[in-house]
Order: sequence, then C-alpha cells, then structure tokens
Amino acid sequence: MGYVTRRLVTFPLVLIGVSILVFVAIRLVPGDSITAMLGTEAGLLTPQQRVALTAYFGLDQNWLVQYWHWLLGLFRGDLGISVAYGKPVLDVIFDRFPLTLELAFLSMIIALAIGLPAGVFAATHNGRPSDLMVRIFAMVGQSTPSFVVGLLIIYMLSVGFGALPTMGEFSPFWKDPLRNLSQLIFPAITLGLAFAASVTRISRSAMLDVLSDDYVRTARSKGASARSVIWRHALPNALIPVVTLSGMEFGYLLGGAVLVEKIYALPGLGRVVLDAILQRDYALLQGSVLFIAFNFMVVNLLVDLAYSALDPRIRLGER
Amino acid sequence: MKRRSTAKLVSCLAIAAALGVAMVGSPASAATLRMAWSQDATGLDPHKQTAFSSIRLLELIYEPLVRLDANLQIVPAVADSWQFSSNGTELTFKLNPNAKFQNGDPVTSADVKASFERILNEATGAVARANFLSIANIEAVDPHTVVFHLSQPDVPLLTAMTNLNAAIISAREIEKGAISTTPVGSGPFKLEKWDPNSREILVANKAWAGGATGVEGINISVLPDETAILAAMRTGQVDFALLNDPLIATLIPREERLVLNRAPVLAYHVLQLNPSRKPMTELAVRQAISCAIDRKEVLDTASLGEGKVTGPITTPSFAADPNSLFCYKRDVEKAKKLMADAGYAKGFSATVIAATGEPPTAAAEAQVIQSQLAEIGVKLDIKVMELNVYVDTWLKGDFDMAVALNGGSADPYSMYSRYWTKTGNLQKVANYIDDTLDGLMQKGRAETDPAARKVIFSDFEKHLAEMSPWIWLYTSYSYTAQQKSVQGFTATPIGSLFGLSKVTVQQ
Repeated sequence: MGYVTRRLVTFPLVLIGVSILVFVAIRLVPGDSITAMLGTEAGLLTPQQRVALTAYFGLDQNWLVQYWHWLLGLFRGDLGISVAYGKPVLDVIFDRFPLTLELAFLSMIIALAIGLPAGVFAATHNGRPSDLMVRIFAMVGQSTPSFVVGLLIIYMLSVGFGALPTMGEFSPFWKDPLRNLSQLIFPAITLGLAFAASVTRISRSAMLDVLSDDYVRTARSKGASARSVIWRHALPNALIPVVTLSGMEFGYLLGGAVLVEKIYALPGLGRVVLDAILQRDYALLQGSVLFIAFNFMVVNLLVDLAYSALDPRIRLGER
Repeated sequence: MKRRSTAKLVSCLAIAAALGVAMVGSPASAATLRMAWSQDATGLDPHKQTAFSSIRLLELIYEPLVRLDANLQIVPAVADSWQFSSNGTELTFKLNPNAKFQNGDPVTSADVKASFERILNEATGAVARANFLSIANIEAVDPHTVVFHLSQPDVPLLTAMTNLNAAIISAREIEKGAISTTPVGSGPFKLEKWDPNSREILVANKAWAGGATGVEGINISVLPDETAILAAMRTGQVDFALLNDPLIATLIPREERLVLNRAPVLAYHVLQLNPSRKPMTELAVRQAISCAIDRKEVLDTASLGEGKVTGPITTPSFAADPNSLFCYKRDVEKAKKLMADAGYAKGFSATVIAATGEPPTAAAEAQVIQSQLAEIGVKLDIKVMELNVYVDTWLKGDFDMAVALNGGSADPYSMYSRYWTKTGNLQKVANYIDDTLDGLMQKGRAETDPAARKVIFSDFEKHLAEMSPWIWLYTSYSYTAQQKSVQGFTATPIGSLFGLSKVTVQQ
C-alpha cells in the first residue's frame, strides 16, 4: 500500500476520535442550550416547560443515541442543523470557510515574504549589528500577541488616517476583489507579522547550519557567486524546517483566528467555533471542529509530501 | 530572479495595503441608519428570548400591548387604552384599530388571546409565563376589545405586559409554527435579513400604526470588539452603536463628531450571599459583610464611577435614598464587632463566583470586594467562569457568594417576586425568605393606590437591606453612541432601542 493511501486510511479513525472527544467535552461542561438561550431566566421555567425545551433542542435522548444519530448523519454527509443559525451545519461552515482559507493564504504569503528574506539576510550577516537588529525584531514580533498588533493597527488607521476598511459586512473575493482585499489585508498583516517572526528565526538558524556544510564550501571554492550559493545551493536545503513550521501554522490558521476575527469583525471559522461554544450549539461545534481536524490532517499530509519533493533523499513510508 | 519575484510580491502587498486605507466604508443612503453592537441577537421568538440584544432587536419588530416610556410611564403600543376593574380582577384593553401585522393582517383581540395562550402554554417554554399566572381566562369581546379575567388582584400585571416577552404575535403565524424563524410583528421595522453573529438588515414598516419612521431602514453590524466599534465610529462608518463597556463609553465624549447617550438603568450590580451556607446563615455575618463593603469604592474602581450606589429597589419612583438604608456608610469597626458577636472574630474563607465579561466589570468588582472583606478577616477566593457555566452554577444556588448583574423591572413586585416571595421560582437562588418580605410583596401586588404601594415597597426595601441576604452595590448606565448627524433618539432606563423608530440621519 502506498504511503498516501495508508495515511488516508487513518483519517476516519482520527476523525472519529476527535468527534467523540468534542461530543463528550462540550456535554460535560455545565450549562446547556436552554441556559445559553435564556440565561438566568431559565430558572423561571416549570418542569414541564423544561421538558418541552429539552425536546426542542433534542437533549432528551441519552448521549449514546445522540452520538449514534449524529454519526449516521455524518455518513450521509449531513452534519445536522445549527440551532443558532437555523440552517445545516455544512452550509454555515462553507459560508465561512472561504474567508478563513483566504486569510490563511494571505498571512502565509506575508509571513514568508518577510520571514524568509529576513532569515537569510540575518544568517549571511551572522554576528554583525544588522543580524542583531533582525533578531531583535523577530523576538519582539514573536512575543507581541496578535490582538495587540491588531488593536494598534485599527487605532493607527482610525486615528492617524481617519479611515478603516469596512467592517461587519464582508465581501467575498469573487464578488468584489478590491473590497475583499481591503478588508483582509490588515487582518492578514496582523497574523502574518507574528508568524514572519517565527519564520525569520527558523530560517536563520537552518541557513546557518547549511552554510557551514561542506558542499556549500565546495560550491564557493568552485567559484559560484555568493547569490547562487545562498539561493540555489543553501536555501532549498534549509527549507525543511520552514516547511514544517509553515504547515503547522497553516493548519492552525485554517481553524480560524479567533482573536483577529473578533477584532476585525470577520465572519470566519474561528468565530463560528467560539460562538457555537458560547451558545451551546452542539451540532455546529461538532461539525466545525471535525472540519477543522480534517483540514489539519490534509495539510499535514501535504507537508510530508513536500519533504520528499524538497529533498529527494527523504522517502516517505520506508523503514 | 527569486529576489525580483519577492520584490514584486512585496510591492503587490503594499498596493493592497494602500487600497485598504483608501477604501473607507462605502456611504449608505442618507436614510439608512448604520448601527453596530458587539453581541448579536440569539434568536427570533419574542416569547423565548431573554438575551439583552435579542430583546433590543425584537422590540423594533414586535409590539407588546403597552410599553414604558423614558419616564417609566405606561403608554400605548398595540392597545390604545386600558382599564382595571375596581376590584383589580379584570383588565380591559381597547386595541388600536389601525394596528397591522407586517403580513397585512389587522391586529385583533383574537391575536392577543392567542399570544397570551401561547405564553401560558407550558409546551412553549415562554419564560414570562411566571408573570401571567394570575390570568384565569382571556375574553375577546369584539375584534378590538379584550378582557383579561384574573384569579386575584394583580396590579403589576400591566407592567409585566410592557415586556417584549409578552409581545403580540399573529394567531395565523402561531398556527404556521414558524415564529422562531420568520418574525411577523406589528412594530416599526421588518427584518429583511439576519446573518447570525454577523449582521441584520431591517427595513421600515410603512404600515406601522405608530406613524412614519425617521429612517428607511437600519443595518446592524456585529462588531464583537468594542474597540473596533469605537474605531468604526471615528471613521464615520457607523452612525449609531450600543456599548456595554464603560471603559469604551467614556472615550466617546473625547471625539468631536460623536455624542454619548447615557441613561441610568434598572438593572443592579449586587454581591449575592448564600444565606443557606455557613456562616452566611448568621444575620450578624451578613450584616458585617454589608458594613465592610464600601459600595462607592466598588463603583469607582470597577466601573470608573459610571453609575450610582443603589438600595434593593432601583425604580426612581419607588427607590429610597440609599443613605437611609442599613450600613450604607462603611463602618469596619461595626463590621468587626458583628463578626465577633457571631463567633467569627477571626474571619472565614469563602468562594465568590463571577462570569467572564458579563458584565465587563464583574471580575474587577470581585477583586475590590475581596480586598475590602479582607479587612474583617474574610478571605475570598475568586472563581471566574464562562457565562453558561456561571448561569448553571447560579441557578443551582451552588455558590458561597456571587457577583451578579441582575435585571430590573419598573414594578418592584415584578422585579423581586421571583426571589423574595415564598413561592418565587428563584427562591433556591436567593435562599432567604421571611414572613415580613413575603407579606409586603403580597400586599404590594394587590394594592391599587400608588401612594400606599410606595409605602409598602419602602418598608420592603428597608427590611431587605437590613436582613442583608444580598449586598446591593450600584446601578450603571446604558450607553449608546451616535454621530452628531443622528438625531431624535431617547434612551430609557430599560435600555430600549425603540427610540430608533423616530431617529433621523442628516447628511
């Protein structure tokens, strides 16, 4: 069996594990859909009223039955109906996913566009003041929480420039690309900056390792130009840890960036999950977490495949 | 080659960034109000929603029989006039003959009857049911006259009917069974679109019996972070906003183009003691806690002084001067003596629960109280919980002390019968009742003379403060912010946004 096939076979097992975890965890937390809807007023309900509402939310069956129904639905491609949105869970997820995907791509592009050159620059200027500067920036960037960067950007835009991208009403890329980019560029910068800092640090240390390797010395002694040594000989070999890091980060970003989505009022997956927890929208929470887990696994698989593309010496699945 | 493509990428990003700055919110048409709030409505069934933002949205769409104005006086809504019989057991309403539902049907007595029967039906799960149990039957005398026959005199019933949870719904829509997805009210606006946790689009209801609205519609955006709401108001992207956090609200007056509306509200911040748990079972211990707390300091520290120290009753026409109540002036010596009398001279340890962000001041209040009570030897452990977990714990009465923000009502009976009567549904949360409190509540419910009611509730308030099952702290403000171009909004003590029906936006 090929490596990819073997990995694909494990997908359903992992997903079932994830779904059981989420299913049990959210039900163990005190509070239910009724308290989420009525708050403290839920205390005014008579026992009969409570029974009626429990049936309305489908909480009257025992956990096993609930889970079984959910699982059967899953095999038919039906993740249930979201109570908060009043529509199928899959519709809610697919409404929100394009934004999350686009935001993840944009912030990756920003992070790599800044992080890689900065890391290479620092490695080739190792020990010089310019290297120190890059390292300080990377340290600060990595340790500043994204919500602080986000709030600062919003503050600067609104107070300094008196302008803000439209918030609260999101335009998809295919409807109005310019407006869409104007809405996503700052959130992408917010997320990208912190990640750029990690990329800088990782690519710097990987480059330093590679630059001290024999083949680099050989290339130099053969008279290859400094540029060719760095970009053609050294960098591709330094990319493995960067790919690992980027894959992890991209997987996380596909799960939505709760804080940044909140600050910029973006209707992404992160807020769907958060709101589903706060509103005890069980079906939506289970469905969206499953979807996020699935994406994460796909990204991981792609990262593994990228290794062998980058370095032919790595053969996947061989012992 | 690679370097060149990186450079291209960076310049692309720079252009995109510049675009972002240039693309200021596209101007809406002059007559549409662009509104923002941080918490979205959670559902559309007016009889089942209790969340603040759900009520705020639905009161623009549905109407009750009567409503409260800015002075908490009862004024017409669907009903034009109303009359209690002399013995207080019959309440007759004359409906506005022009009132129409948004589907074109007239609002008739049959709809009123169907709405209240829906509320009273336990299968509905309507929370307001508890307020209407005195209704024995409802008689639709003619299409525009409806009589409520009561099993006992119930004066606060009329105030309870001002609540949106008693909204009038079309009998035809109730039969269709789509109340929770398709709102059809008789109010000033129609809901055209709702994207939960993202936005609402409301359009003016041209057939509204209350007259023409000042705007063509309202576009509500959910901006979950109030800092972002402030930023969006600064750049003129939002005309009107609802704010929760006093920290943000107090920044509004610094902006030249913005106006802050502040209205004192009936909801109260309170430290709930649990008198069923030792040592709060002892009156002296509860009183000691009351004497040890500096309410003004809690207000100033946790809420930037944005509010007013309050006794149990928060309705201005019924409320006593807080200084006349038991131990409203901090007295640590007296508190220590009371603790010693109760046998707790060395103090005790207890846990206080608070909800995250609800209200935004909860954790800060708990911290101030913690430091104040430390002075009489009470060691408080603060437990901050996610709202739902808090609600669940609170409803079970499973706490030593709880920092809470509880809703108020214009009528003291409606406000407190759930806690301080022997049959109150939330007795298990209050965990304290005595004959005096219960007796005064029952008297206040039946008494029809306003002056006599005032005396009754004043005695009630005094007794409650002295028994100190809870330590009432302060009432805060409801905040809305608007551009100077927005005019005609009146804020009310119940936080209602119904005033938006008369708002105009000038260009």
